[in-house]
Amino acid sequence: MKPFDYIRPATLAEAVTEAARPGSAYLAGGTNMLDLMKVGAAAPERLVDITRLPGLDAVEWLPDGGVRIGALVRNSDLAYDARFAASFPMVAEALLSGASAQLRNAATVGGNLMQRTRCAYFQDPASACNRRESGSGCDARDGENRMHAVLGFTEHCIAVHASDFCVPLVALGAEVEVESSDGKRTIPIDELHLLPGDTPQMETALRRGELITGVKLPAGAAAFSGHARYLKLRERTSYAFAVVSAAAALQIEDGRIAEARIALGGVAAKPWRAAEAEASLVGIEPSQPAFARAGEIALASAHPSGANAFKIELARRIVTRVLTRALEGTPERMPALPGSPFAARPDKTSGVAHV
Amino acid sequence: MSEQMSPERMSPETQTTFPRHVRHGSNSGQPVSRRDGRLKVTGAATYAADNHPEGLLHAVIATSTIARGRVRSLDVEAAKAHPGVVEVITPANRMPLHHDPNEKMPPFGFRVEVLQDDTVRYVNQPIAVVVAETLEAATEGVRLLAPRYEEEDARTGLDNGLRHEAQSVGVGAPGTVSFGDLDAGLKGAARVTEGDYSTPPQYHNAMEPHAVVAEWDGDTVTIDMPNQALRMSAASYAAYFGIPAENVLIRSPFLGGGFGSKAILNGPQILGILAARQLGRPVKLVLTRAQMYGPVGHRGRTWQKLRLGTGDDGKLTALHHHSIGATSSFDDFVEPAANASLMLYESPAIRVEHEGLRLDIGTPGPMRAPGEASGSASLEIAMDEAAEACGMDPLAFRLANYAETQPGTGKPFSSKALRECYEQGAAAFGWAGRPLEAGTMRDENGFLVGWGMGTAVFPCPQFPAEARATLRADGTALVETGGADMGQGAWTALAQLAAESLGLDLDKVEFHSGRSDLPDGGVAGGSGHTASAGQALSNAGGDVIARLTELATGDPDSPLFGAGNIGVVAAEGRLHRRDDETRSQSYADILARAGQKELVGTGKSGRDPASAEAFAMHSHGAVFAEVKIDPNLMQVRVSRLVGAFAAGRIINPKLVRSQYYGGMIWGISFALQEEAVADRRTGRIMNADLAEYHVPVNADVPRMEAILVPEEDPRVSPLGIKGVGEIGVTGTVGAIANAVWHATGIRVRNYPIRIEDLLRRR
Amino acid sequence: MSLSISLAINGRQHDVALNDPRVTLLDLLRERLDLPGTKKGCDRGQCGACTVLVDGRRINSCLALAASMDGAEITTIEGLAEGDELHPVQAAFIEHDAFQCGYCTPGQIMSAVGLIKEGMAGDDPERVRELMSGNICRCGAYQGITEAVLEAGRKAAENAQPQTGNPDTGKDAA
Ligand SMILES: Cc1cc2nc3c(=O)[nH]c(=O)nc-3n(C[C@H](O)[C@H](O)[C@H](O)COP(=O)(O)OP(=O)(O)OC[C@H]3O[C@@H](n4cnc5c(N)ncnc54)[C@H](O)[C@@H]3O)c2cc1C
Ligand code: SF4
Ligand code: FES
Ligand code: FES
Repeated sequence: MKPFDYIRPATLAEAVTEAARPGSAYLAGGTNMLDLMKVGAAAPERLVDITRLPGLDAVEWLPDGGVRIGALVRNSDLAYDARFAASFPMVAEALLSGASAQLRNAATVGGNLMQRTRCAYFQDPASACNRRESGSGCDARDGENRMHAVLGFTEHCIAVHASDFCVPLVALGAEVEVESSDGKRTIPIDELHLLPGDTPQMETALRRGELITGVKLPAGAAAFSGHARYLKLRERTSYAFAVVSAAAALQIEDGRIAEARIALGGVAAKPWRAAEAEASLVGIEPSQPAFARAGEIALASAHPSGANAFKIELARRIVTRVLTRALEGTPERMPALPGSPFAARPDKTSGVAHV
Repeated sequence: MSEQMSPERMSPETQTTFPRHVRHGSNSGQPVSRRDGRLKVTGAATYAADNHPEGLLHAVIATSTIARGRVRSLDVEAAKAHPGVVEVITPANRMPLHHDPNEKMPPFGFRVEVLQDDTVRYVNQPIAVVVAETLEAATEGVRLLAPRYEEEDARTGLDNGLRHEAQSVGVGAPGTVSFGDLDAGLKGAARVTEGDYSTPPQYHNAMEPHAVVAEWDGDTVTIDMPNQALRMSAASYAAYFGIPAENVLIRSPFLGGGFGSKAILNGPQILGILAARQLGRPVKLVLTRAQMYGPVGHRGRTWQKLRLGTGDDGKLTALHHHSIGATSSFDDFVEPAANASLMLYESPAIRVEHEGLRLDIGTPGPMRAPGEASGSASLEIAMDEAAEACGMDPLAFRLANYAETQPGTGKPFSSKALRECYEQGAAAFGWAGRPLEAGTMRDENGFLVGWGMGTAVFPCPQFPAEARATLRADGTALVETGGADMGQGAWTALAQLAAESLGLDLDKVEFHSGRSDLPDGGVAGGSGHTASAGQALSNAGGDVIARLTELATGDPDSPLFGAGNIGVVAAEGRLHRRDDETRSQSYADILARAGQKELVGTGKSGRDPASAEAFAMHSHGAVFAEVKIDPNLMQVRVSRLVGAFAAGRIINPKLVRSQYYGGMIWGISFALQEEAVADRRTGRIMNADLAEYHVPVNADVPRMEAILVPEEDPRVSPLGIKGVGEIGVTGTVGAIANAVWHATGIRVRNYPIRIEDLLRRR
Repeated sequence: MSLSISLAINGRQHDVALNDPRVTLLDLLRERLDLPGTKKGCDRGQCGACTVLVDGRRINSCLALAASMDGAEITTIEGLAEGDELHPVQAAFIEHDAFQCGYCTPGQIMSAVGLIKEGMAGDDPERVRELMSGNICRCGAYQGITEAVLEAGRKAAENAQPQTGNPDTGKDAA
């Protein structure tokens, strides 16, 4: 690991000033940052440890019924926050389907949003990677790319964003609050992660030194709590990134779908909101054919970026399935295997309460 | 230490394990908890890298990122300029060795890369060693070397590797074996089933990375390293460094898993020892997880073809098993996969053949059930396909082809309770209710359900081993052998055997192991350690008792006077007259009266050559698997596993069950998860880690059952011990693949079975 | 750059002058504080061998900078038993043969202690399996691990309601 300076500012103002200097990076839980530094895919000169900044570790309920989650709230604390899990069950489920209990205890909300791609070529400094080193090429394109993108990619980069947490957040229209020495602003989460275009090195909409201070879920998002699920396909039952994943939330009124939210994970460089698929469901009676059609629409523009055509079919099917699950209703308790297809029939004796 | 069993684990067969062997006062055959348990649960068990001698330096190896070519330059200056870096060892300055690393080191040593020159023969080959005051500095020093290469095209697959006939496979097995007339058998068959199968490269990935802490004192060296073959390794290291074997002390009290990867000498560990010598300070060298994908062996990739001829009666008429095994460009280990077909099923004609495929990869080596795992993974699918073609139940089909004697040779088996394994396994699993057709079972949640089975088999070798037992004046004993415990439970099972032979309670026996200066415990591999070292210990104990008996029966004041050798029973620290067990004398008393402070006995073991010639010797088993599969998303989960195994005498059922469970979990892993994925262009393994190279996590493992089928076998060895460490992998892999077929109707012949294999065709 | 940090490890205060901010908590414990009980299996958060409790929560010590742990309270495998008396999770691991080689064991045990504290698994084997999935055991001791964690969890639950145990000692009457 390249030597670096370690700074632990006491105030937010100090932190954003330090971070604005070239070569700086924030350190939160460190579960992604340190890993990348170890493999040599990141080499900051200065680590700005934000874990002691005051005021960023609370889940605050807003008067309008929305919620503001501090950037330093740990993934597990958020998932196990009873009121939060009851209001936004699929967010809790997505969080608990990610990584491991230990990692979730360390990982922060801000860090999860900002985690970098798991593309093996990105992590391997001996490989060409436009995202890591602009203009160097993309070794994934003709390489091992079973797990790469099927939506929104370009020849410059075919990587996917691996976060589970972001998938339901994008479905629910979360907003990201950021702050720098220039002031504060709010970014819709759908605009936080950038598609590669011809600048894959530009991964997010954050400007240099900008700090995520929190994530806001709008008041309306809790209205989906009765019909909201997250589903994640993995190559082992747990402790694995998604092959593909999907979040779905419905509001049912008088037997019809009043509102629908669908987002996909593991398919693109950003969590993928399927707005047209959502629209196709509004106002109709829920049915398998309608859900299957939503799956078709969600993947209409998909194509393989390599040996990964199967992901398209899988993504269609997972959309259909997660909608089916959402329609069945949010289970009373968090399933024993959150996000898993095998999470059928949660028992009622343990786990975090959903309602 | 608690030795109680929880009610849940107290299955009936545990309570009544082999009463015949549980002699009065003996711990053998009982489910004793691990004697090293307390050390392991408190963090006090010392693994190699836990050592920290005074003045320690940290060494980190730099490894190549190309598969073939040569190192053009290394920025040694930059590395050396990094604060804390002490030395950079490269081919230019590394001290000479006394054995040419391009030559094999007998008996099992491979050619190793220890900076003999600048050529690169595989990815992750050591190309330099950076030694520093801290681990952080050494690690960064490696990065700063920024190697530049002259790169040649990497040979990474069937299309560009060099195919050749394999004269020998595995560790010295013949590459081609043929019995009967294969062509006639195929021609005369009512039907022939045929398929192409493949198994991926797999890496041992013991949780403990290979490590070495070496400290020299003049011409002697103390080496802390995980090692499955202490004495042999000590001699080899001595040869590399040109010193007498007794100058090398290897300490390996605990291995953090081995699975075959710590039995064979490898370059990085030699480099750690070398660095210590060259710098005159103790050195610790630990591989990173990524570096374990190359220089320390792996299970070589195979491409297999099977042809099975069957008659109208469902009996095999011909069995043809051909396997291509990937090996390195510079050494010869070819996975003996096809040889699995020589062990299991009766057929008038059998041919097994191997080819090697030279690739620019690290040399493969033995990995838990080498050959048997990969070979039976394919054979068991092929058997299922043949059963299906014959319209027969897979178990009935296997029974129809049951080998009463060794296939081909007709040699009798030393023992073979496979039929009982089939019966008891099937009964416990509920196999009888299985529909013949695929894709007909669903569970209450709508998941596809499939049941499959496979036969498990593994040879039971016995290696030469030695042991010493010392009875002490207070009636306790010290027993010693240079064995290795990589998790199989040697600290417990071997001590149990020693206690039994000494007629002592287990807690009266102090057991020492894991050092090369103890009597040679032999190789802990091939599932033969308990049989080998255990027999030696047992003989050493017997030797002590014989000497003790001599003292007592020759002592006119002893109650045993005149009883003679056959007239004495050793139990609970006393010798008893056989004709009158109330007349006895304690060991302590006998020693005291003889004026002896201690009494030393020694023992050796090794297979009786006549027996080895006359009998085929294997452990056997049957594994039954249930899988559940999401009907649309096709994610697979193993929901039930039942294995029934017959492996001779069982010393400690608690430990043995754990071995079977572990093996069966490796079966899950082989069938559904493990695969090292190399970039075709560069040969770089793109998942050289534990996040993307998947092995099972806890949630992948269902509740399992392992049935210990009683089997007595006086022919394998006097103690009748076979082996249990590897057999669990075999059988399980095929059982799961067959269950996947039974759930879906899709035959996947390439491991691991992936979501897309099942998705594509639905 | 040099930093001074202070940590309470297994109840003992350590003031550490850290001459290198790159040191992880894991390497600090193993290489600098003579606490090698915590193991390194991957150094990348992918195996769980390095699990310790930080302020009562289980984390992977390989992905934590020592510097960032300033002021924290850390419990490692060495600090679990009280004298000769094993922690109930440790005892259950021995009883259920929840390990073979033992290399993953310190991490498994620390993870189990964390899991029981979190209180999210109840008596459900499936929840235990899922929540212990951050600890890889290559030997495959999972069945014993699951049983041991369930048993230790039950004991902890009983102890939380002392009426079922011995009121004098607060220990399980069994
Ligand atoms: C083995 C393993 C398995 C994993 N599996 C999954 C999985 O299945 N699903 C999943 O979703 N994730 C998974 N993860 C990723 C994990 O969720 C992330 O590493 C974690 O969320 C990052 O959070 P952190 O606080 O540790 O961030 P850090 O590592 O501290 O930081 C990550 C990045 O975010 C930046 N950053 C952090 N906080 C802020 C902020 N407030 N403002 C601006 N920038 C910030 C940092 O500079 C850095 O670039 C896995 C990780 C590992 C190691
Ligand atoms: S896919 Fe993107 S991240 Fe991966 S190598 Fe190509 S450019 Fe880099
Ligand atoms: S060593 Fe920390 S998770 Fe593997
Ligand atoms: S006991 Fe060996 S890795 Fe778990």
